[in-house]
This record gives sequence, structure tokens and C-alpha cells, in this order.
Amino acid sequence: MSAINTSEGPPSTEIGLDDTSRADQFVEGNKLEFGLLLRITKMGFAHSVRMFIALSATIAACVFQLFIPRYVGDAVDYAQGLLSVSSATGTDAETALWSAAYMIILFSILRGLFTMLQNYHGEAIGHCIGYELRLAFYKNIQRLSFGFHDKVHSGDLITRGMLDLEGVRMFISTGIVRLVMLIVLIGGATALMLKTDSLLTLLALSFVPFVGWQSSVARLKLRWMWLLMQEKLGILTRLMEENLTGIRVVRAFSGQKHELNLFERASNSTLSVALKRVSVRVASTTVMSFSFFIAMGLVLWVGGLKVIEGEITVGRLAEFLAFMTILQMPVRQIGMLVNSFARASTCGARLFEGIDRKPNIYEKQGATPLKITDGILRFENVDFSFIPGSEANKVLSGVSFSIRSGKTLGIVGPPGSGKSTIANLIPRFYDASAGRITIDNQDVRDISLESLRQFVSVVQQDSFLFTASIENNIAYGDPWSDGDRITVANTSAQLHDYVARLPLGYETLIGERGVSLSGGQRQRLSIARGLILKPGIIIFDDSTAAIDSGTEQKIRLALRTDHEKRATIIISHRLGSLMHADEILFLEKGNIVERGKHEDLLKKKGRYYDLFRLQSQPGLDHGVEAINLDQA
Amino acid sequence: MTSSRHSEKPPKAVVGSQVSHEEEMFGKAFDGIVIGRFLSYCLPYKKSLALAVVAVLIFTITQISIPLIILYIIDNALVAGSKNRSVLDIGSVIFGLIIIINYGANFLQENLVGRAAERVLIDLRRDMFSHLQRVSLSFMDKTEVGRLMSRLQSDVNSLQEFLETSVFAVGDLVLLIGIIIVLLMLDLNLALLTLCIVPTLFVVRFIWLPRARVAFIRARESNSITNGALAEAIHGVRTVQGMVREQTNFNLYTDRARENMLAHLRAAKFAQFNIPIVDTLTGTAMAIVIVFGGNEVMSSELELGVMVAFIFYVQRFFDPIRSLTLHYSFMQRAMVSGQRILEVLDVPISIKDKANSKNMTECDGSIEFRNVTFGYAREQPILHNISFKVQPGETIALVGPTGSGKTSITALVHRFYDAWEGEVLIGGDDVRDVSQESLGEHVSMVLQEPFLFTGSILDNIKYRCSTATLEKVMDASRAVGADEFIRELPDGYDTILEQRGANLSLGQRQLISFARAIVADAKILVLDEATASVDSYTEMQIQTALRKLLEGRTGLVIAHRLATIRGCDRIIVLQDGRIFEEGNHDELIQKNGLYAHLYSLNYASFDDISENPLV
Repeated sequence: MSAINTSEGPPSTEIGLDDTSRADQFVEGNKLEFGLLLRITKMGFAHSVRMFIALSATIAACVFQLFIPRYVGDAVDYAQGLLSVSSATGTDAETALWSAAYMIILFSILRGLFTMLQNYHGEAIGHCIGYELRLAFYKNIQRLSFGFHDKVHSGDLITRGMLDLEGVRMFISTGIVRLVMLIVLIGGATALMLKTDSLLTLLALSFVPFVGWQSSVARLKLRWMWLLMQEKLGILTRLMEENLTGIRVVRAFSGQKHELNLFERASNSTLSVALKRVSVRVASTTVMSFSFFIAMGLVLWVGGLKVIEGEITVGRLAEFLAFMTILQMPVRQIGMLVNSFARASTCGARLFEGIDRKPNIYEKQGATPLKITDGILRFENVDFSFIPGSEANKVLSGVSFSIRSGKTLGIVGPPGSGKSTIANLIPRFYDASAGRITIDNQDVRDISLESLRQFVSVVQQDSFLFTASIENNIAYGDPWSDGDRITVANTSAQLHDYVARLPLGYETLIGERGVSLSGGQRQRLSIARGLILKPGIIIFDDSTAAIDSGTEQKIRLALRTDHEKRATIIISHRLGSLMHADEILFLEKGNIVERGKHEDLLKKKGRYYDLFRLQSQPGLDHGVEAINLDQA
Repeated sequence: MTSSRHSEKPPKAVVGSQVSHEEEMFGKAFDGIVIGRFLSYCLPYKKSLALAVVAVLIFTITQISIPLIILYIIDNALVAGSKNRSVLDIGSVIFGLIIIINYGANFLQENLVGRAAERVLIDLRRDMFSHLQRVSLSFMDKTEVGRLMSRLQSDVNSLQEFLETSVFAVGDLVLLIGIIIVLLMLDLNLALLTLCIVPTLFVVRFIWLPRARVAFIRARESNSITNGALAEAIHGVRTVQGMVREQTNFNLYTDRARENMLAHLRAAKFAQFNIPIVDTLTGTAMAIVIVFGGNEVMSSELELGVMVAFIFYVQRFFDPIRSLTLHYSFMQRAMVSGQRILEVLDVPISIKDKANSKNMTECDGSIEFRNVTFGYAREQPILHNISFKVQPGETIALVGPTGSGKTSITALVHRFYDAWEGEVLIGGDDVRDVSQESLGEHVSMVLQEPFLFTGSILDNIKYRCSTATLEKVMDASRAVGADEFIRELPDGYDTILEQRGANLSLGQRQLISFARAIVADAKILVLDEATASVDSYTEMQIQTALRKLLEGRTGLVIAHRLATIRGCDRIIVLQDGRIFEEGNHDELIQKNGLYAHLYSLNYASFDDISENPLV
């Protein structure tokens, strides 16, 4: 009977109950997509038992709650002696009072229990759906090709998987269940009140349309302002974060005043939105209470007149007032309902886009595992463009080469010449636009992705390390590998000595909460990670740039031992890293402009020669020194 | 191997971080010091807050009086025997007046409190931020940016939660006490009987809250862990695909997501547990009123209106209790946040201008260190008795293995820290005797990592002098060879740098940071050369730009590249915080000491040698 409908919960779920949820952060517009809402609802109904319990508990809770005012009214009238049918004795009235009291207790308990079931199962469905959506999103995001991840900012994807997911998940409890509750409560109360008096019913319900409308309008407005506020807060946050991260620059240039001015401006514009939000919120909540009280005053006055004229009893009047109290809260929450629909539809659009999108790179029907005979990788007239079919934006054109096990290929060229693209085409991170890439005469597009990528390992320049132990990071490609294999790979990558000196050794955590590795150590770790798979083709995509030439030389020597089984591709701008290769390609604007062995290329006195001379200038960080080391 | 890949749990694999980043949020509910400091932030708004308290009181009184009016109308106008139209009309008019006052007071209280709360938070945040601009770098070095950001954001937010609710908590308390007083005055016996219920709810709430909170926190932690794993999968997707870890990760993530779901289901159970109890207690209280009140009405000991009023009061009795216990946990959280915020605000500012500090208007550009000893941690000096002098216009290279004290020397020139012993003179003045602001005008710095701010390239280059003209900016860019690539960008100098210049290459960012230093136009330039390797073309550009940058200035360069070192007038070789040797390249080679040894090792950069090279 008390207007308890919302309940406290863990803050994370509370987020969803409030329109001021971060989930709305990047959502624009309020267009409702009924197809999406239907899809979410269907997901909810898939949990049929819970859904059945939630909905029938909702109805039951409402019905039991609706019974109570009648007993209250009756009790008032018994007490006044009006309803005691056989008004002869006081004991009858007392018995009637007792039974009204029992009924009220009984119905209150039932109402409480069913509300509990309603809320619990409503939320539970939300969490079950959330679980399913999480898995579906995670699975698909992991499969979507590099092309997708190049375009969609990772922050945007995380927002979808975290906050938009909340908006969708909450729809069952804040949308569907609440909708049913409102319909039953308002409908039931109307029907029950109409039995007594139609004019009073009209007055008692008079606040409903106004409050419902007011609450919806205010919610949508607040939501819009919330987006604005997030934008402003985002600017403020960025400002503070950059200031603190770049505190040395700020100090070095005595920029404190400048920074404080920026802060002041950003913070004032946040404040002005915040204050507007307060105004809108307060204007709406207070006017809602006021209109409720007006309706109550009208019921009291008109009802009072009817009591004086003997049309109804005091008990019936009390009953009307009790009905109004029951309706007040749910009606004020109509705005939340509207908000929930709007939110589920915009969040849903963004979330399902991530779940439904098909990856561009997928296994052909009937793709077969890679069969290795000679281990020959061949590029045949390969073209590549990030925008399909666009001639002007070609990143590679007509690239042909081949390399076999035991050989080394070097690729060099100015930034943007397409070196990394070659590396990314081999394990099919992208597909060539024209021409074909084969391994032992099998087109990479006909091979199963798993076998292809196990055979080809790319060590990226900016490789991502995981927040886990060093051991887990090295064993990333094969988490079953034993300690020996890990040590061997790490020794080849020249990182073992360092790791062995750490107090926790291979168990040491890296990342945010663990040790931070230098650029060179990170690159060596990712080399170890690439080696553990014992790939047939290993590609170093500028992955030794932060490693000094001495250490790089040691790595190269270590790799030479089991050299026969592997083809090596080295992409680098440091000639010392690749001058020993069996063939060197000089790439420019996607074309191979020179190719051959180091000595041949020098004799040509072309691009490669120029670069060599540039790097041999005394003092430039790589060049002569590196070359000396190579010959040492 | 492949067969077991999809079934068994791999021994050496995890997804995401295993610990949540949520910080503990428990504390005592009341901390006098925190409250006191807080109140000082409310002081500027004391007038509107005082008004708010009045409004809250008025609002509460009108709330309480509504059932009283109903009581009055029933007893004096509606009960059989005393039916009276004019009393009903008067009563209704009073009701109307009361609800208008109620509306006004409600409007006032919420607006006043809401606005004051927003303003206090902004003030608090501003104070923290500006304090952080002045605390010493040794504090900033020790403190993670993420930690400070969480002070500035989530701690401020939990205070907001508290501030916004605290005035209403007062309102709830007044409402509760008011209702109790009114009930006791209306009918002592019935009131006492009904109020028996209240302690039960308090007891239930206080047993329930701590347990529930554990479940809530666990749910929140598991959220942060699960979302962390998702974020990792997104950031590392290229590695995941390259290493074919999709299936393994999906299996591990499934466990995470399931744990998360279970934690939430458990929390949901706790969250709903209260409802039947509150409902039962409300029902019972109402039943007591009906049975005992009804009997008293029948025996004419009690008026009917009082019984109806009791029923209405009982209905709204439990709301304030519920929200009061909620406020309690807000308060606990706010106290912890408050303490953390105070910790930031109370970090002492160790480097201050002297009271009589002078403005350094002229500076010839000389640098002198006299017997300087300095360190970051007690008893662990980094620099031992360092003395050297740099003539105006001279360029000095600081060379030495990692940890030899190069960076500390440059930091002392700009007075990021104060020396323990000895003195640092700039243009003949002790840096402690001049104002920091004016010192900054004569010393500019280029850091190893070219840190740029989000904003236009123009804004970044004229960071130090916001008044610099476009011409000046373009001249500077031309001098360092950045003009060409800036012009090729879609919006030229107005191109917005996304995420600190992530849309530029490392070399380009470096050149912009050089241009920034040229615009700052200081006599003394302190430069920490980048170690990261860039391609040969960019490397050449940087070397040329460096020469331009040092033209006509006194330079103190932490040099890594041989080319840079050779370009300097003098080389100071440091080891273990002491000057090991000094001279130009040829002299040092002839000396055949540490420098010659380093040089003979042929390392790309001297910084690669992290261990003691002489051992």
C-alpha cells in the first residue's frame, strides 16, 4: 500500500532505473524502432518460465494492492457503524473490523511477496539477456575483420558493449513489466472506483494524464540535457586528464594560468547545463506533486459534498483517497517507461549493429586446413585498396614475389609505401583486391583461417600486450605450451635474462598493475610470443625499431638455429636489420621499384643506394654502427 | 593439441584483469574533520542554504498537515450528526492554501539545494585542480594520473550524491519526528501501539544493509572485471585474431560473464528482500489502526477523522525510514571520498615563490650549478656536489647511462624541485630568489615524449604565448621544417589534433613541439632528446630542426644520438650523479675514458646501456 515500487539495488543496476544513466552517452535522437523493441521482447520471452512468473506476479501484486483500499473504506464505515449489516450488536462490527484487518495484513503480505517476485524475475530476465548479449557481442567483435576495427573507434565499441547493453537489458524490467503494471493498476483502480461513483472517479484520475505527460516530456528533455552534460563533462575530463598527464609540459611552459582559464571555461559551461537540469527536474517534480494534490483536494471537496448529501459514506471517500495514493507513484514513473522505450531502441540499434554485422573475412564453405609441402609463399600480381574498387587509393599494385622455407625476405621503403599491408595480407587480416596469394599453391582464401594463422605469425610494431603474467603473454598463441617452450622462445627473443632477474620471474604481471616494460622489452616480448607458435612464416613488421642493433643481432643469430623450417620476412626502415636477406624489395607507393640482394642493390645506385648512404652518415642513429655490428 | 584446444581449460590463459578497479568504499559515517572542511565550502552559499532549510521545514509541515485537514473535515463536516457544508468549504480552501505553500516550498528547497550542490562541487573540483597545478612534481611523479582523476571525478560525484540527498535527509528526519509527534498528540495509546512496528524496520534495515552491500559491491566489481575483459578484447583484437585465440577467449569470457550474471542475480535477491517486509509491516500497522482505532471509534473514545488520519500517516511512515537508512550509506561513502579529496587538497606545496621574489626581466642565458646535491628520496642523493657553468649561447650535451642524473639536472634548471644543497643560478640569479612565472619566461623545455594537447595545431604551437600571431607561429614552423606537412593537413594550422596528436606521426609531433619551444622564445632551452627510433627521412629533418632551435640560445641537451652530441659545444659525461669528465668530442675520445668507451661500444643510443658500462 505504501508507494514502494522501486527498490534499492546495487549501484550498477540503479544506473538503469534512472534516466541520468551513462548509457545514453552517445545515443542520438528519440526515434522508436519497434522491430528492435520486439526483438528484445522476444529475447525476454525466451526465458518463458521467468517471464511467466514476472508477469503474473506483476498482475497479482497489482490486484492485491487494489483490494486494500476497499477494506480500508469498509473498516472506516464499520467503525462508524454504517456498514454493520445487522447493526444490532457492537460485537458484529468488531468482528468485521478484525476480518478487515486480517484481510489487509494478508493482502499486504501477498502484495509484498508478489512485488518481490515481479522485481526479482524482471531483473533476472534482464541479467540473463545481458549475459546472452554480452556473449554474442564479444563473439562477433572478436571475429570482425581489421577493416571494421580500423574504422570503428575502440572507445565506441566499448561503449556499445557496456552501456548500450545496459539500456537494452533493462528494457524488460523498466519497459515491459512496468507497462503491464501501469495498465493493470490504472485499469483496475478505474474499474473499482467506477463501481462507487463516476464523477469522483473522474476527479481522482484527473491528475493521471497531466502527470503522465509532464513526466514523459521532462524525462525526454532531461535525457537530452544529459547527453549535452556528458559532452561538456567529457571536455572537462579530457582537459584535466591531459593537464595531469602533461604536467611537465604545463610546468615547463608555465602554463598554469592558461590551464586554469581553460578549466574555468569548461567548468562554467558544465555548471550552466547542470543548473538548467536542476531547473527542469525541479519544475517537473514539483508541478507533478502539486497537480496530484489538486486532484486530491477536488476529491475531498466534491466527495465531502457527496457525503453530506448522503450519496456516499466517509469510508468510500477514504477509499478514493487511498486509491489515489496507490496510483501516485506509478503514474509519476510513466516518464521512466517512455524513457526506457526510447533508450532501448537507440541503444539496441547500436548494440545489435555490432552483434549482427558479418565479418568481411570469413572462411569459405569447405575450406581445408593448410597442407605444407615445400613451404612456398607466393604473391601473384597482388593489388590492394582499403576502399574496394578504387583505383586512385591503391595501396599495393601488381606486387609479385615468392619466398620459401629457410629464406629471408626484406622489405624496405618510405612510410606509407605499403610494407605493412603486405604483412597483413598473408594471414588474411585483409583480402587482396586483385591477384592471389598462395602457400604451396593453395590460395589463402581457400584455407581454413585457423590453420592459416597458426602457420603465419606477424609480429607487429605496436603490439598489444595483455594485462596478465609474462608467461601468459608469451603463451598467448598456445596457452598449453609448457615452461620449457616459453623459456626457449624468450631466450631467443633475448628477454629471458631480464625476466629471470625479476622477483616473480615469469609470473610477473605486466600492464597497468604490474611492471611497465620499455619499448624494446615490449617488442622482444612480442617476438617471443610470435616464436612460440613455431610458425612456418614469421613476419617482423618493423618490430625491432625500439631494440638496439646489438640485441637485434643476437636475436637474429638465435633465430638462425632452426632456420630451415621457417620463412622470414623482415620489414624495417633500418637497413642493418635486413641487408643480409636473400632478397630485398624496395617499395614505393605500393610498387616494387627495386629488388635484389644487398650488394646488387648497392651497385644499382638507385633508391636503396641513396637510403644506404643516408643511413651511413656519421652519427645518424642507425647505419654505420649497425653495419659494423653485423659484420662483427 | 588441436583436439584439446576447444574442450579443456588452457592452463596459461586469462582474459582481462583479474582484479577490479573499484576502490573500497567503506568508512565511518561521520567524520568531524571532513564535515567541518565541507561546511567551509558551503559557506559562500550559506544564505541560500539557510533559506533551503526553512523551505524544507515549511514543506515538511505542510506534508504533515494534509492528513490533519482531512481529519478536520471528516470530524467537523462529514460525520453523521455534524454534517456541515460551510466547514467543508473552509476546510477545502485551507487544503488549497496548504498545497500552494507546499508547492512553493518544495520548488524552493529543491532548487536551492540542487543549485548549491552543483556549485559546491564545482568549487571543490576547481580547488583540487588548481592545487594540483602548484604541488611539487615529486608528488605528481609518485601519483598515478588515474588515481587523481578518480579523486576529481568519482569522489566528487559521490559527494554530489551525498549533498543532494543530505538536505532531504534532514527533511525526512523532520517528517518522521513530526509524524510521530502528531500521532502521539492525536491519540497516545493508538500511537504507541502503532509505533511498536517502527523499531522492527530499523532493526531489519540495519541487519540487511551491510550484507546487501557486500552483494552489491561484488556485483559492481564483477561488472568492472567483465567489462575490462571486453575492453581488452577490443583493444587487442588484432593480436587475438593473429594468434587464433578467439575460441579460447570466448570460453574464458563466458565464465566471466556467467559469474557476473550470478553476482547480479544474488544482488537482485538482496535488493528485493526488503519489499515484503516493508509491506507486511505497513499492513500490520494499518490493521492495528483499524482494529484498535475502529473499536475506540465505536466506543466514541476516538473520532473517525483521527482514525482516517492515522491510516494516511501509517502509509507514509516507512518512506522516510527507508530513505534515511539509504542516506546512511551515502554518508559513509561521502566520508571516504571526502577524506580522499582532503588528502589531495592538503598536499603541501613545497616550491613557492619567496615573499620578496623578484621578477627576472633580463637574463643573459647563463646557467651555473654550484655544489648542487639533490635527490628525490631521503638519504638517496641522485646528484652529488655538481658544479658547472654554461656560458650564454653555449650548447652542452649531458651524456651518461640511465640513472646518472641527467634528467635531474634539467629539472633543477626549471626549479621543478629545489636542490638539497648548493645553488642553481640562471642569468646570475638563484632560481629560488626569482618568481617561478618569470623564470618560466626565460627557460623553455622540450621533453622526450612530444606531449601535445587536444586542440588545433595553432593552439599547441602558441601554448606558451597565447598572443602569438599566426605569422610568428608559421615562422617557427618553417624554421623547424614543420610548415610543409602542417599545410598539407586538411585544415592546415587549424587542424584539430585528436587524442593528443594521435593522427600525426611521432616525428611530426616532435617537430611541432620544437616549434612550440621556438614561439616561447626563451633564452635557455632545455631539451631531452627522444630515444625512439624514427625512419631515416624524419631523423634528418629532426636533426636540422634541432640546429635551428638551438641557434642563439643557451642549450642544455640530454643527448642520445651521436649526431646531436657531436653538434654540441661541450659534453658533460655523468655517472652516478657525478661529473665524470667533460670536453668536446675529440678531446674526450683522446682522453679514452668513459665517453670513449661508450662510443666504442657503437650503440645506437647511449641510453641502451642501462647497466654500468665499465663493469
